[in-house]
Amino acid sequence: MQVLITIVSLGVFCLLAEIFNLRKLLVPVTVIGLLGVLGISLNLWSIDSSIDTNYLNMMATTKFSSAFSSLFIVLTIFILLMSDDFYKDIPTKFSDFIAIKIFLLAGAVAMVSFTNLAMFFLGIEVLSISLYILAASRRLDIKSNEAGMKYFLMGSFASGIILFGICLVYGATGYFNLEEIYALSEGVGMPVWFPIGVTLIVIGMLFKIAAAPFHFWAPDVYEGSPALTTAVMSTLAKVVAMATLYKLLSGMTVALGYKVELLIVIISILSMTIGNIMALRQKNVKRMLAFSGISHAGFMLMSLLTLSTAASTLLYYTAAYALAGIAAFAVIIMVTKNKENENIENFNGIGKTNPLMAAILTASLLSMAGIPIFSGFFAKFMLFSDTVKAGFLIVVIAGVINSIISVGYYFKLILAMYTKESNEEKVAIPFAYTIVAIVAIVLNIVIGIYPSLLTDLLQ
Amino acid sequence: MIENILNIIGIENYIFLTVLLFCIGVFGVLYRRNAIIVFMSIEIMLNAVNLLFVAFSTYHQDAEGQVFVFFSMAVAAAEVAVGLAILVSVFRNLGSIDIDNLKNLKG
Repeated sequence: MQVLITIVSLGVFCLLAEIFNLRKLLVPVTVIGLLGVLGISLNLWSIDSSIDTNYLNMMATTKFSSAFSSLFIVLTIFILLMSDDFYKDIPTKFSDFIAIKIFLLAGAVAMVSFTNLAMFFLGIEVLSISLYILAASRRLDIKSNEAGMKYFLMGSFASGIILFGICLVYGATGYFNLEEIYALSEGVGMPVWFPIGVTLIVIGMLFKIAAAPFHFWAPDVYEGSPALTTAVMSTLAKVVAMATLYKLLSGMTVALGYKVELLIVIISILSMTIGNIMALRQKNVKRMLAFSGISHAGFMLMSLLTLSTAASTLLYYTAAYALAGIAAFAVIIMVTKNKENENIENFNGIGKTNPLMAAILTASLLSMAGIPIFSGFFAKFMLFSDTVKAGFLIVVIAGVINSIISVGYYFKLILAMYTKESNEEKVAIPFAYTIVAIVAIVLNIVIGIYPSLLTDLLQ
Repeated sequence: MIENILNIIGIENYIFLTVLLFCIGVFGVLYRRNAIIVFMSIEIMLNAVNLLFVAFSTYHQDAEGQVFVFFSMAVAAAEVAVGLAILVSVFRNLGSIDIDNLKNLKG
């Protein structure tokens, strides 16, 4: 709870800073503030599953919530460091964008530390509404408008479905509190509304994660939004939604039935396959990463098959994916800064004109593809071995085949960078992007070399 | 058990009514092309659920459900405010609010 309060007060500070004309201080102060919040969050580590009774049982600080909150805070710090340069052309709205990002983080933290479905709903709405604004934030750009509109329509449609699910769960149990629902869900004589409600909540969350049958909005929205917003959506928002789905399922039901597991297997295989096959024929890099994100959602959904033990694997996978994503987007924003679109041709010859950036982008793509020494490989390895142990061989076979397919489109970009000739002059890189990209990829490699740093946390 | 209107009507009928309203909303979102009507359909979906929350709240003799309705109303208002803002900027750029005109992003 302290974490959430501090984050929200940082957001309010951002809004006030505009009045007092402190725009220059904004990024340093918020980044330092968030580092402080990260400290608080890690400091709460020793407290385990103690529900803050002062707050009406709305939130609880558990190891799960602290670990994921810390990950979200780190990702937000990276995003904020990049904002300074990204919004240079619209300085008057700068503080609003920073504030919206901080509130987005508040929603994310609420979503992983809720114990009451009311808090969950508020968290997901705060996160989504912030993202609608960010997606449509280039007001004069028709593509950004279109992305915002599509995201808004799909997002609020999904929110309606989630709300209906919450309502049916409430009707069946009489409680919003997760512990009470968990205790009641084992009992016999549960009305049929309860499984329907849980299913509706899961469908709504699958919309937010952009998993296979509900993925159709993602490519358009990712392509049209400003690049930094796409970075937020494909790293932070996806990780938050996945962690929340995990928490919801493990918090509301004692054990998934055979039918539910079969459904998860089907959705997981579908997401991986559709994401990868569609990504092969994309020319726009943002669109390609959107489809890559869909396939990664399929991989992450595998962790739901080993629901009781997969928390640490999920944390590791999401951290590896999100850090690689941040590094990749830092380079993509830098390269396509003054270009009209994000087509692959814009990346031609960066290997010669800008070797450092090319190396970082290569490393992050290799991590996403799952090549050893990068953490993406160990993440997939752990996920696969957990799933095989649980007896779902077929989904692992599909996963391995899809990893091989994914190498195809990641290498298309890498080859463009190193083998094609550049027709551009060398451009100066803003310092912030370089720092963000280097730190993110170094963190990715460090957790790749020492996986136990993260995997031991939630044991 | 207190004799109230809910026992006479039966909770199932409330659920049927809500599902009906919710489906009207869903089909409105899927089939109507005018953005404002789509917004209205989303509102119908959310308000149908609010109705069921209140019904369940009475059914369980528990005030929490009614409090949740306040939350969801506030959230719906915030959502529509943002949605209308996006709609205005779409209208300024395109001169129309037909969502079939939003076709720039294809691949």
